[in-house]
Amino acid sequence: MDRMPGWADAILVPLISLLLAAFLSALVIIGIGESPVAAFKLMVDGALMRSAGWGYTLYYATNFIFTGLAVAVAFHARMFNIGGEGQAMIGGLGVALVCLYIPWPHWSLALLGSAVGASLFGAAWALIPAYLQAKRGSHIVITTIMFNFIAAALLNYVLVNVLRPVGAMDPATAKFPDATHLPTFQDMFSTAADPMFRGAPANVTFFLAVIACVLVWLLIWRTRLGYEIRALGHSEPAARYAGISPVRTVVIAMLISGGLAGLMSVNTTQGEAERLILNSIEGAGFIGIAVALMGRNHPLGVFLAAILFGFLYQGGAELALWTTIPRELIVVIQALVILFTGALDNMVRMPLERIFLSFRRRKS
Amino acid sequence: MVDVTNGGRPDQAASTAPAIELKGISKAFGPVQANKDIAIRVMPGTIHGIIGENGAGKSTLMSILYGFYKADAGEVFIHGRKTEIPDSQAAISAGIGMVFQHFKLVENFSVLENVILGAEDGPLLRPSLAKARGVLKQLAAEYELNVDPDALIQNLSVGHQQRVEILKSLYRQADILILDEPTGVLTPAEADHLFRILDNLRREGKTIILITHKLREIMEITDTVSVMRRGEMTATVKTAETDPAELAELMVGRKVLLRVDKTHATPGKNVLEVRDLRVKDDKGIVRLKGVDLDVHAGEIVGIAGVSGNGQSELLEVLGGYADGTGQISLNGQSLDLTGKHSDGQSRRARGIAHVPEDRQREGLIMNYFAWENAAFGYHRDPKYQSGLLMNHRAMIEDTERKIEKFDVRPPNAHLTAKNFSGGNQQKIVVAREIERDPDLLLVGQPTRGVDIGAIEFIHQQIVALRDQGKAVLLVSVELDEILSLSDRIVVMFDGEIMGYGPAETADQVGLGCLMAGLGGADTEAMQGWTISDAASAEPVDPSKSLIEAVDEKLHQKEAREARKNG
Repeated sequence: MDRMPGWADAILVPLISLLLAAFLSALVIIGIGESPVAAFKLMVDGALMRSAGWGYTLYYATNFIFTGLAVAVAFHARMFNIGGEGQAMIGGLGVALVCLYIPWPHWSLALLGSAVGASLFGAAWALIPAYLQAKRGSHIVITTIMFNFIAAALLNYVLVNVLRPVGAMDPATAKFPDATHLPTFQDMFSTAADPMFRGAPANVTFFLAVIACVLVWLLIWRTRLGYEIRALGHSEPAARYAGISPVRTVVIAMLISGGLAGLMSVNTTQGEAERLILNSIEGAGFIGIAVALMGRNHPLGVFLAAILFGFLYQGGAELALWTTIPRELIVVIQALVILFTGALDNMVRMPLERIFLSFRRRKS
Repeated sequence: MVDVTNGGRPDQAASTAPAIELKGISKAFGPVQANKDIAIRVMPGTIHGIIGENGAGKSTLMSILYGFYKADAGEVFIHGRKTEIPDSQAAISAGIGMVFQHFKLVENFSVLENVILGAEDGPLLRPSLAKARGVLKQLAAEYELNVDPDALIQNLSVGHQQRVEILKSLYRQADILILDEPTGVLTPAEADHLFRILDNLRREGKTIILITHKLREIMEITDTVSVMRRGEMTATVKTAETDPAELAELMVGRKVLLRVDKTHATPGKNVLEVRDLRVKDDKGIVRLKGVDLDVHAGEIVGIAGVSGNGQSELLEVLGGYADGTGQISLNGQSLDLTGKHSDGQSRRARGIAHVPEDRQREGLIMNYFAWENAAFGYHRDPKYQSGLLMNHRAMIEDTERKIEKFDVRPPNAHLTAKNFSGGNQQKIVVAREIERDPDLLLVGQPTRGVDIGAIEFIHQQIVALRDQGKAVLLVSVELDEILSLSDRIVVMFDGEIMGYGPAETADQVGLGCLMAGLGGADTEAMQGWTISDAASAEPVDPSKSLIEAVDEKLHQKEAREARKNG
């Protein structure tokens, strides 16, 4: 018997966790000597009340959607891919090569090309850990996190020694050609009379992320491959009984996961910086884990959680700008959200289940 | 308790307070009423059986008695005194000991260390260990509970591990012992030894509650028996005044056939031919040592054997998910035993269907809906696809048809597998496999954890498939099931075939000997049987009982494996 209705599991549990995290964060803010109400208002104002604020929130959210989907897809095959960071970095290399070395006539084709490049590079970076896990039993958590470091070192080498334009002091590639410039929300939605999203980095990649959510949903719940991935994730002995090859399925799930993580770089590299810089990922790979946890590995949940984390990111920047609350506090708040939605899930869930049970019993 | 050593039978001890009395115990899990107004009286110095189908509420009741669950209502009296049992510590101090179906032992601790675990006398282990050693010696002498106190648990046979569990309880001064399905994991010989131990304990005035679903055990050892059905106690009777048929009827609420109605088999051509099949597991232990086997169209071949003697590996190789060497052919064409064409998909394509031994781990995805599970393994069939996506509508309709035909309850394709009872889960698996109309059906433990009503139904389905001229290979550790369902029986021990012959002439004693790797007079008495050379015909030492010889042989085998395991 399911202990509580699906909506409570999907909405109520994360919501209560979130409120608990907010409450503890408020205590921390009081400890610093600021007013939590004012801080919250500032965050909302900065991130949600102006179109430019939304432009930042959605820009961050785009990153988190991709990395969150990456973690979610791997998780359905019971693989814990914490290498989103590295896969996104290498994905960025793919974007840079595609943008720099192929003369694109139009941004839309460039977007397709860089999306392919990013996902191929990201997938390739996930392939080795996937193969090692599937064939040799090397734990995916260990190998993917080590590959994050290797990716950082590799990117450093490539940027400094290979792709850096002659004479530049900065470990970064040259600026991408103008033809690859992706329309930002400002380009798309502003009119002369009504400027919108001014200066915000949100761009057309956001829609790519939304499409990715739909495609991942179709993949996981409507295709044969998704059926096999989930079956393997639930029970490997059952998968072997059914003739689903664990090796093949793990590798495919990880390739998709790595590809999704890589796609994130389209947003940061082609969409925002318009060149490949050393630290364009800024921990989004790790935030993806929290996003997937909170979103219960469902694309819709990932989408909503990504928006929430985008809000926290942008609101946190506003806090640092206008108050004595250090930017690190936002990390504390994020950590609390992760703690409550991920690690302490049962703390909220079990009392809730009990309430629902007693409610149901009284009814019957 | 001196005066009740052997006089505690209910009929003679009306004046003594019952060792356990439960009054009006009720417990609900959400909308499910697991126990409803249960009353029970167990007199000291008796063995009381509790029998019922899976999910009848036996284990819940015992968990309440042992302090794992808190009853919603009702009272517990121990030796006439009202006792609150909020946790297992309270149960232990009230003198209740519990032997669980799945042992709670530390594998890499010695017997002594396990016995004192949680009952140490002080911060230093040495005095406790010395004390325990003395107590164990005494207990061993008193009750035939012999175990080497210094052996590591992981090197002991299950039978011996179970003795350690009993010793643990006795060391904690338990005088009421609850055993939950104690014989599920034991060989017949080990079970007999266990019953001797229980008999000794009863003679010393201990009170024993035996939870089981095996009617034979109830008849053999208990003084009184209570029957549970759907959370209620339907009857409590003196064992001497009842019979298995009556108990079975009380359990399911109607008369059941304990024997399968089937006509004589008319075997046709050879469908499955296995020659010199060898399997090594991933630890390098040889699990199958050259097995030869034939299964013909229109017959059920039953593989009898104590669990862990290579039957599982045989099914896995035939089902395509373990590698082996040797030759297997199906309808005269050979099967790949390694490589790309040796997986569940290619086996299914060749017409082999498989009801696996462990439906919860292998046969079903417990978190999948019934309609997802009803296609599991056949999900690549084009009829379940529409373009790039899966055709959920076709899968659901297909499942609803199977649910109706196989009487799965509740008839709802949108429930997840874990929400069905064991019997209905198994019906989903059996429906899925039989409905593919296979040439060969592999069936492992078809009725493990399945209630009697569903057993009957599943057996009928298997026989019906045979009658359509299909070949069936059945593996079961339930000798009754093998005997009643098979046309031909093959006995396996330690990865080898000990003998085979027609089911009509097989008898329990002879099969028991073969299952332990022994030949001898009892096996030769079975007409039409071929006993292999591997079954050692060494005459059993006349000073030892047959049971001890079997026990020793099994022990040798386990010691051998322990050595190989390093």
